Amino acid sequence: MIGYGNYVKLIGYGLATLAAMIAANYARDLAYQVHMILLMLVAGGLFLWTVRQTDEPVKPTPTNEYMDDVVRYGVIATAFWGVVGFLVGVVIAFQLAFPALNLEWAQPYGNFGRLRPLHTSAVIFAFGGNALICSSLYIVQRTSAARLWGGNLVWFVFWGYQLFIVLAATGYLLGGTQSKEYAEPEWYVDIWLTIVWVAYLAVFLGTIVKRKEPHIYVANWFFLSFIVTVAMLHIVNNIAIPVSIFGSKSIQVFAGVQDAMVQWWYGHNAVGFFLTAGFLGMMYYFIPKQAERPVYSYKLSIIHFWALIFLYIWAGPHHLHYTALPDWASTLGMVFSIILWMPSWGGMINGLMTLQGAWDKLRTDPVIRMMVTSLAFYGMSTFEGPMMSIRAVNSLSHYTDWTIGHVHSGALGWNGMITFGALYFLTPVLWKRERLYSLSLVNWHFWLATIGIVLYAAAMWVTGIMEGLMWREVDANGFLVNSFADTVSAKFPMYVVRGLGGVLYLAGAIIMCYNLWMTVRAAPAKAPLPTAVPAE
Amino acid sequence: MEQYSFLRELADSWGLLVMFLIFLGVGIYVFRPGSRKIHDDAAQAPFRNDDKPADPMEDRT
Repeated sequence: MIGYGNYVKLIGYGLATLAAMIAANYARDLAYQVHMILLMLVAGGLFLWTVRQTDEPVKPTPTNEYMDDVVRYGVIATAFWGVVGFLVGVVIAFQLAFPALNLEWAQPYGNFGRLRPLHTSAVIFAFGGNALICSSLYIVQRTSAARLWGGNLVWFVFWGYQLFIVLAATGYLLGGTQSKEYAEPEWYVDIWLTIVWVAYLAVFLGTIVKRKEPHIYVANWFFLSFIVTVAMLHIVNNIAIPVSIFGSKSIQVFAGVQDAMVQWWYGHNAVGFFLTAGFLGMMYYFIPKQAERPVYSYKLSIIHFWALIFLYIWAGPHHLHYTALPDWASTLGMVFSIILWMPSWGGMINGLMTLQGAWDKLRTDPVIRMMVTSLAFYGMSTFEGPMMSIRAVNSLSHYTDWTIGHVHSGALGWNGMITFGALYFLTPVLWKRERLYSLSLVNWHFWLATIGIVLYAAAMWVTGIMEGLMWREVDANGFLVNSFADTVSAKFPMYVVRGLGGVLYLAGAIIMCYNLWMTVRAAPAKAPLPTAVPAE
Repeated sequence: MEQYSFLRELADSWGLLVMFLIFLGVGIYVFRPGSRKIHDDAAQAPFRNDDKPADPMEDRT
């Protein structure tokens, strides 16, 4: 039967191309205009591609195998965006140390202020987001023993998400931003992400519903909470009214302290559910797989899950100590942050103890060493975070580089290392290779990354505490001793060390890309499974 | 009582209590008798179907 679906699609793509053309013509600002031209090209390209597919014989979808093509694309996208994100991070680190690197001819696009959100979004949403999407799609199939639900819908999720990344990144460079941290994209990009995210939820949930396993494995609980909560956070934090449908500028519906609270309710739970719950889902699958033994305590993993869910959502106000926020709210945020110590460390212990009886693998397997190091950084930054949420500590640490150091020990150490471990696990499996191309290159990556993080975090601790102390120093008459510029010049050596730490981390990631590339190209293919004759 | 104060007081009294009891309930339910076998089986899930989906004929659910 010839499907009529393609004709509907063609009409849709044609109308979308036309609408984008009109919007580009009436555009009120540069970011919007460039985006509409981009959307016009994408929709037009899809139109042509669909025309070429129409009335061609359709290949039947195999139902007795997993849908791994999209996971392979995801692995490539993760590695690519990782290198891009780290590179921009290194550039802006040196821009802070040497302001002349805000090159005159590249203004305003190459300014620190525009590159910084590009860096944060590239590492969190492009690198981290692709890692989460592709590993969750891999894991939910294996632990549900079912092929992905929704057929080609998952391709919409993958490419739709990449389009979101490109729109966000180019928007920042062209000055389209709503100035909300980790939620900078403007209203039409937010709407697009909402559509993609709902499709992602449908694919994930649909696969769980048609599972052939009696239980929903704990990793899927974490992924599901990540998807649902991020949807909720994204929608509430981005409630805004566009000034014009032909322009990128929008006005937030919340104002004043309510806006600040909603922003940090979003911001902290982006850490809690995007960078923690989602990555814990990866941890609960890849560590048992790599260690070749089940998780230490499944009961503890359930307690870990519920404790995290019940507590994390309240921790946001600790970002707003000593502001117009009522005291009770910031105390609430502080108390819940401190209680979070327990589930976080419970989860870390659960992951580490999974290696019980297999500790020798730490010596022989650099991939598991990476995963264990990521857990160590998880434990460290979930200790540091609650400590910094205490009001007295926060009065010293807030607005200093200590915060930046804390974020990076979590992001580079925990999220980065577990993702590298996952990529090293997935690549040979997905491309059916016997093993990785080179374990000694994994070793190089491991040590470059670890030393890079240590340089970064140590430099930021020193400079953060130093500038915190300098800001509060008063002389005998009660006058401030240091001007702001004094702290800036005192920080110079630490800024250089931080930049060098970033260079090491980036070098490690490039080595990883080479290693993964060569694994696909040159590692021996895995011997095909002995073709078993079905018993029936 | 204005809405703000009402919601605030509800949240840190009855709301808190209900949430806490639900959480305790979850914790106790995890340790219910007979759960060990189920949990051991669930913990093995990552090791069962690495290469292809389960046979539709033998449904384990």
